[in-house]
Amino acid sequence: MPPDDPLHAPPPPQAPDQARPEAPALFTVRGLTKGFAGRNVLDGLDFDILRGETFVILGRSGSGKSVTLRQLNGLDKPDAGSVVFDGTDITGLEERDLYPLRRRVAMLFQGGALFDSMTVFDNVAFPLREHTHLSEAEIAAKVKEKLGLVRLPEAGPKMPSDLSGGMRKRAALARSLALDPEVLLYDEPTTGLDPITSAAIGKLIRQIHRHLDVTQVVITHDLDLAQHVGDRLAYLSEGHFRFLGDWAAAKRSSDPELGDMLSGREWEEEDDHASSAQP
Amino acid sequence: MRARDFITRTGDIALLSGRAFAAMAARPLETRLWFAQMEQLGVRSLGVAGIATTFTGMVLALQTAYSLPSLGVKYYIGSVVAKSLVRELGPVLTALIVGGRIGSGMTAEIGTMTVTEQIDAMRSMAVDPVKKLVAPKLAAVLVMLPSLTVIGCGLGILGGLLVAVFQLHVQASVYLNNIVQNLTLADVVSGVGKSFVFAYIIAIIGCYNGLHTEGGADGVGRATTDTVVTLAITIMISDYFLTKLFILVVS
Repeated sequence: MPPDDPLHAPPPPQAPDQARPEAPALFTVRGLTKGFAGRNVLDGLDFDILRGETFVILGRSGSGKSVTLRQLNGLDKPDAGSVVFDGTDITGLEERDLYPLRRRVAMLFQGGALFDSMTVFDNVAFPLREHTHLSEAEIAAKVKEKLGLVRLPEAGPKMPSDLSGGMRKRAALARSLALDPEVLLYDEPTTGLDPITSAAIGKLIRQIHRHLDVTQVVITHDLDLAQHVGDRLAYLSEGHFRFLGDWAAAKRSSDPELGDMLSGREWEEEDDHASSAQP
Repeated sequence: MRARDFITRTGDIALLSGRAFAAMAARPLETRLWFAQMEQLGVRSLGVAGIATTFTGMVLALQTAYSLPSLGVKYYIGSVVAKSLVRELGPVLTALIVGGRIGSGMTAEIGTMTVTEQIDAMRSMAVDPVKKLVAPKLAAVLVMLPSLTVIGCGLGILGGLLVAVFQLHVQASVYLNNIVQNLTLADVVSGVGKSFVFAYIIAIIGCYNGLHTEGGADGVGRATTDTVVTLAITIMISDYFLTKLFILVVS
């Protein structure tokens, strides 16, 4: 894990300065609390996600990152606290009332979650057929464009089971992009992939950010990815953010756990420990 | 805790039923999906359901003739076979066999989608899984199970006829006349009515268990087994109460 990665060092001068005063918060999360089986996985999280940034939530396995992400599009409901998206409090909304939000906020799932009964083409076309009145020709053009964007131009006729893990995630990303969302939520985008494929996914996430003007939220325990794509990061541990800020501040932080993680010292050892402790 | 689980589950199933019936009626009607499900769930169950009811009709004819030989019961075989099949055995056997086949299939399909986050993916794309998955299956079973029951009863009566004619040497006209004279509309309504209720039970329990599957491939296996067992028990128990209800209504 190179601490002097060129990709995270240069952005701070522009990104935070530009983002903070001009970009209003797209998500405002206050007091977010969620428990399972009597234990609070999230214990009163407060954070904002600014329009146009890539916000990374870093944390160990089982630290509640996925739970946090699933609150942002209402897939799960919090026990307490609020999530405000673009001026609307979504916490009390019924499933049906969340649909307008979900057309604007797309999510990439950990395993891709492609519909395995459909071809890749039909998967990418699915949201278009559901939510637009485009003709089949227009849908085909749009699917081709999205598959080209994730560099899978030939994958349309294939079934998801014929794809490798990395290709499946890229195909799923194409599906997430189909409705031209304003926000993309990434659930562990590199988990289960080899380092080279992981790097390619990281690059893709950066390119999407650069070209498509989207706000992105990435949850991961992959430090390389976090450094590669993140404008700001939050470090989630035991239900709290131990750190929230940009990379320069993260490097100056005196928090020992964050320091260990950023230097990669204890990180791998503890991660192994954490994952072996999983049921 | 168990009692509470049972009540929660019953409540959840009632909610899912309401949402599924509402989704069935809501526009746009997903008729293409409905027909696909009818083919997959109904047409492909015809063979197994047909064989079961045909042989049941044959067995009924034999048993009737041989267990009560002295009463000249041979000449009543037609109505015994037809009434037993139409009122009771046709709907129940078809529901048990078809339910085991398609109910478990629904749980396996939806359960796999649940554990691989495909259901969540659908929700995240602002698409209602109840409308896309549950409603077409419910609609398909509500159409196909009564149809299969009627076909099954017909085949069973035909099976009984074959045994009556070729083994018991009863004239075909006697067998059929006996049926026409004794089988009432009430018998048919009671049988077909039951199969609508069984269809609802099969689709809702199959889908509900799928949507509530947890824990990977192992979880899908457990949910599927649970569906088969729950369906068999629920069909048998509800059959008693449906029969009772029907007798009350008619008398």
